[in-house]
Amino acid sequence: MRPESKRLETWLTIAAAFVLIVLLPALNALPLPEALHVSDFTINLYGKYLCYAILAISVDVLWGYTGLLSLGQALFFSLGGYMMGMYLMRMIGDLGQYHQPIPDFLVFLGWSKLPPFWQPFSSFPFALLMAALLPGVLATVFGFLAFRSRIRGVYFSILTQALTYGACLLFFRNSLLLGGNNGFTDFKFILGQNLRTPGTQRGLYIVTAVTLVAIFMGCRWLSRTKFGLIQQAIRDSENRVLFSGYAAAHYKLFVFVLCSLIASIGGVLYVPQVGIINPSEMGTEKSLEAVVWVAVGGRGTLIGPILGAFGVNALKSWATRAYPDLWLIFLGVLFVLVTVFMPRGLVGIPGQLRGLYQRWNRTSKDPAPVAVAEVEAEKGGL
Amino acid sequence: MNPLHKEFILTLEGVNKTFDGFKAISALNFYMDVGELRIIIGPNGAGKSTMMDIITGRTRPDTGRVEYEKNTDLTRLNEYQINRLGISRKFQTPSVYVGHSVFQNILLSLKGDRGVFAALCHRITPSETERIHNVLTTVGLAEKSNWKAGALSHGQKQWLEIGMLLAQDPKLLLVDEPAAGMSDEETAKTGELLLSLEGKHSVVVIEHDMAFVRQLGRKVTVLHQGTVLCEGSVDQVQNDERVIEVYLGRKKKDKT
Repeated sequence: MRPESKRLETWLTIAAAFVLIVLLPALNALPLPEALHVSDFTINLYGKYLCYAILAISVDVLWGYTGLLSLGQALFFSLGGYMMGMYLMRMIGDLGQYHQPIPDFLVFLGWSKLPPFWQPFSSFPFALLMAALLPGVLATVFGFLAFRSRIRGVYFSILTQALTYGACLLFFRNSLLLGGNNGFTDFKFILGQNLRTPGTQRGLYIVTAVTLVAIFMGCRWLSRTKFGLIQQAIRDSENRVLFSGYAAAHYKLFVFVLCSLIASIGGVLYVPQVGIINPSEMGTEKSLEAVVWVAVGGRGTLIGPILGAFGVNALKSWATRAYPDLWLIFLGVLFVLVTVFMPRGLVGIPGQLRGLYQRWNRTSKDPAPVAVAEVEAEKGGL
Repeated sequence: MNPLHKEFILTLEGVNKTFDGFKAISALNFYMDVGELRIIIGPNGAGKSTMMDIITGRTRPDTGRVEYEKNTDLTRLNEYQINRLGISRKFQTPSVYVGHSVFQNILLSLKGDRGVFAALCHRITPSETERIHNVLTTVGLAEKSNWKAGALSHGQKQWLEIGMLLAQDPKLLLVDEPAAGMSDEETAKTGELLLSLEGKHSVVVIEHDMAFVRQLGRKVTVLHQGTVLCEGSVDQVQNDERVIEVYLGRKKKDKT
């Protein structure tokens, strides 16, 4: 990449981070006239989008950078969400409908005492630890088996989908003691703060925005290390990587576990802002939606998934209000259109336009011998 | 030829491999000296690529012995372990990292630690840059160091892949149809390059182009139906009755 466009990219990143982390919450917190004020609803909505953006990055680092289309990222997202949810359920205390010291659904199931595995979840650090351990261990075991058996391409996608579906069915069961199909909701406090005040929600929004920026920077750093180069080499020619002495499976496992943790972090931040977590979060369509966000934004870039998650979800918020029945059709049509006409997504539009302009310029004026290879080479530099 | 008296870099003895009833390799014996350049020819389906697959750990033979240097059994190892022993392979269709620059392609191939954490902590050193430039100069791609590999011509990709092999500094190179898709001039240059490796490295070249085989002018092994039909100089081989019958003869028939 040329130095000036690199500098431009850095400045744009800083500007976007400033808007997300400082400007929007400030416009929400300060007593401003109507035109400038950002409503609590908007902050909450954007907080949700930011969590989706984190999920989208986890999909893209696997799919766009390593060539592994995982349809199981919603599972890791939900697992993180459930661990956070268990903590939040404990924080309700005896303020539930039944005024018992245990969550309502357990009372409903006939429990009078807290089941042992619920006990430690009244500790916030423990819940966070579990939000890292559970997805991490699951991804390690699943990834180890899948990559050792050299499961690739569409078979990998199907397996991750099956894993997610299996987990979804498991979480629907009341006997798992995780709320069955209703999941967890009606949260009241987080770290001693009332979840329903705008201040707490704004705080959660800021934490989410900072986390997203940190994950973005971390993944950008990773993609530029030799590790990142090998990761992308696996995507382009796995055989060459293997026959160059790299144990591709170890690299894929590392990326898979890393992305399961990223997705889980998204889920941890999502649940207190949305106020509910249930098994439908790990449904088939949730993983597929995340794939669409990445495709729309531009896979193989890190800004793409963020743009995609914001753009598609903003569209969804509008469409589900205006045409509630047609949303999934919109989504499908969008995916087809993007795949056919914008293979590099929103991020690729400037490049596509430049290409069109150059072609138009060449055909309308003199056929200048601009080597296509040179243009390609320029794009190739990191 | 008594295998006990010579030091071989590669020994295949009594190797068999069957795919769904098709005998791809049958009772194959193959010995190669250290530093030798050997050419393997044979009609389509003769088992040339399967033989490469067996040596590089991509396919396990049903029976037989595959040994590297002294007493390293290759049948127990997988692709990357075999590569780490010093065996590098160029594929028939050039396989380079099309999304990376030419420079990065060589960087990823340079001899060194292949572990995940080494890759995370890796910083490029001046000596690495120098080695990369030396390799690129050898294969004539120094000017295109910053090009995306995907933007190279077919012949240039072939060279880049050969450069990637050289960067690994292997003891044994397995080169599958290096001249495919090259112009006559490029083919001649490739031949010179391969000949210059002789002695420092052991090289196996699979080739179809008889003019190229003639240019290399080294010992030729003819494979047919998964076994060695005959071995010798280009002239010996081309005048061998059996070879004419199964290989050149058939080719002549095709042409008329």
